[in-house]
Amino acid sequence: MTAVVAAAEPAEKSRLRRLGRMCRRQPLGAISGALIVLMALVAVFADVVAPQDPLKMNFIDQLVGPSATYLLGTDELGRDILSRLIHGSRTALLIGFVSAAVGATLGLVLGVTSAYLGGIFDLVFQRVMDVFMAFPLIIMALAIVSVFGAGTWNVIIAITIPFVPKCARVVRSSALALREIPYIDAARAAGFSHARIVLRHMVPNVMAPYLIMVTSFIGQAILLEASLSYLGLGVQEPTPAWGLMLRGGAEQFFESAPWVAIFPGLAITLAVFAFNLFGDSLRDALDPKLRSL
Amino acid sequence: MHKYLVKRTLMMIPTLFGAAVLVFFLMHMIPGDICQLRYAGSGGSFDAGLIERCRAELGIDRPLVVQFFEWIGGFFVGDFGTSMWTDRPITEEIAPRAALSLQVAIMATLVAVLIALPLGAISAVRQNSWIDYTVRCISIAGIAMPSFWLGILIMLGLLWVSNAIFGYGWIPPIQYVSPIEDPIGNLTQLIWPALATGYRYSAVATRMTRSALLEVLREDYIRTARAKGVIEKLVVNRHALKNAMLPVVTVIGIEFAFLMGGLVVTEQVFNLNGLGKLFVESVTNHDYTMTQSLVMLVAFIFVLMNILIDVIYAWLDPRIRYS
Repeated sequence: MTAVVAAAEPAEKSRLRRLGRMCRRQPLGAISGALIVLMALVAVFADVVAPQDPLKMNFIDQLVGPSATYLLGTDELGRDILSRLIHGSRTALLIGFVSAAVGATLGLVLGVTSAYLGGIFDLVFQRVMDVFMAFPLIIMALAIVSVFGAGTWNVIIAITIPFVPKCARVVRSSALALREIPYIDAARAAGFSHARIVLRHMVPNVMAPYLIMVTSFIGQAILLEASLSYLGLGVQEPTPAWGLMLRGGAEQFFESAPWVAIFPGLAITLAVFAFNLFGDSLRDALDPKLRSL
Repeated sequence: MHKYLVKRTLMMIPTLFGAAVLVFFLMHMIPGDICQLRYAGSGGSFDAGLIERCRAELGIDRPLVVQFFEWIGGFFVGDFGTSMWTDRPITEEIAPRAALSLQVAIMATLVAVLIALPLGAISAVRQNSWIDYTVRCISIAGIAMPSFWLGILIMLGLLWVSNAIFGYGWIPPIQYVSPIEDPIGNLTQLIWPALATGYRYSAVATRMTRSALLEVLREDYIRTARAKGVIEKLVVNRHALKNAMLPVVTVIGIEFAFLMGGLVVTEQVFNLNGLGKLFVESVTNHDYTMTQSLVMLVAFIFVLMNILIDVIYAWLDPRIRYS
């Protein structure tokens, strides 16, 4: 019994020490990581953390400035801005994580497959990716939202699609170099299937660019969601979303009630800032050569 | 080089054709059409035959494949068609908006280059100093900040400052004036969106300048230059910076192409009548011909920019030979 405890303790200690060393080496990464964890906690426990109901309108307290009752003031419908920001972090993180993970993973598999198969498939695949790259992101999203309608899940689809070619292209270039290494030939000679070679032997070796793409995509997705919602093509009222909060009253009353326009923008900036900074540190730690991401 | 350019130009065709197919069928997937919107949109009573006549007039009752090839065929003879919504030639509708978008894009690029090159260079030369940390934080913030929000803040700042100085609130004029007729009036309107987008743009370019320069500064020939006694300023400006420009040019070129069509939200904030606004209008109006032409224009600028980037590569770095 004591031996088990004794064995467990150094492991625990070394893990802590490793964390401490990481924080010293990448102080900015540690700070941004902490920010992301904090944001995730706020999003998960939004119901407990938010001081008020984010949807409750109060027509007596319209456009009230920051005060003890309303820490960040109220909007034109008398809704508490702080509570709406807290609940809005759910929308932002949900859309950010889902679209970044799905988009990058699809890009990962497609990019590696294209590099592995090569030949005519690779050529056609690359031209298709070119088409999607030549389509501006926001215009792509605009078209998709007009086809499928607005709303959280459609926004996720709209944001995910442009991520696929972006990730596929980067992953493909890493995988091209990988294909030339003899162990892939060895795997072929051993009679493994194409799917197995792609998924088990090649995909794990392009994890570094993939992870970096995912973190940078989360930030981009949050920004895109904010832009789409601001245009009225994204998340719809009354769902609290940061971009949506900058629409309507925020613009109409921005002279007399600047807090309505300032705080949601700060929330977006801070969130994207944290993910970008984290992505940067991750890149420095994993693969300093991937500077072009 | 000439052979390469011809090859690259030919490679544009499949990409543009793919973009054409994509936008054409995407647009026709959107439920409803322009005739429904025109007559049934307001909800009043209407003659059902009216919609049929309208569709026949615009030719959108024919099979999609016929419509597609007629549209594509027009491109080869320089006929871009007329807007279904306003009935005016597409080129006439697009030209003034493209001029505005182009001007904002050029001004934003100038802002970005003027900020990015010195900041990125100093950040790399003084790596891990407080200057470096400040520059990095400023540039990451630039990428994190939605440029439309920065636009709102700029408007707010203008209001506050003008209130404090002149005693009344001033916001930029909404009416567009040509830079040739009234350069100052034009500038007072367009400098703000150029600054708002230029900041984000400069952030991307600053980061690229910094990391590219850092890499080049570790090269052997830089050590050689230093060893033979070249002063540090010349080492950076003459030997390192030019060689670090390749990735920076890529970023600037791609962002420029993006600005030509992607300024949808910033145009909304500053109430500008540019390509982005036209895009949103044409999509909501089901104006197929207009949307399709706009996408083709933006895609064309994008592929053209990519070729241009490659040409600049060869010019910047004589070692690069395309064959």
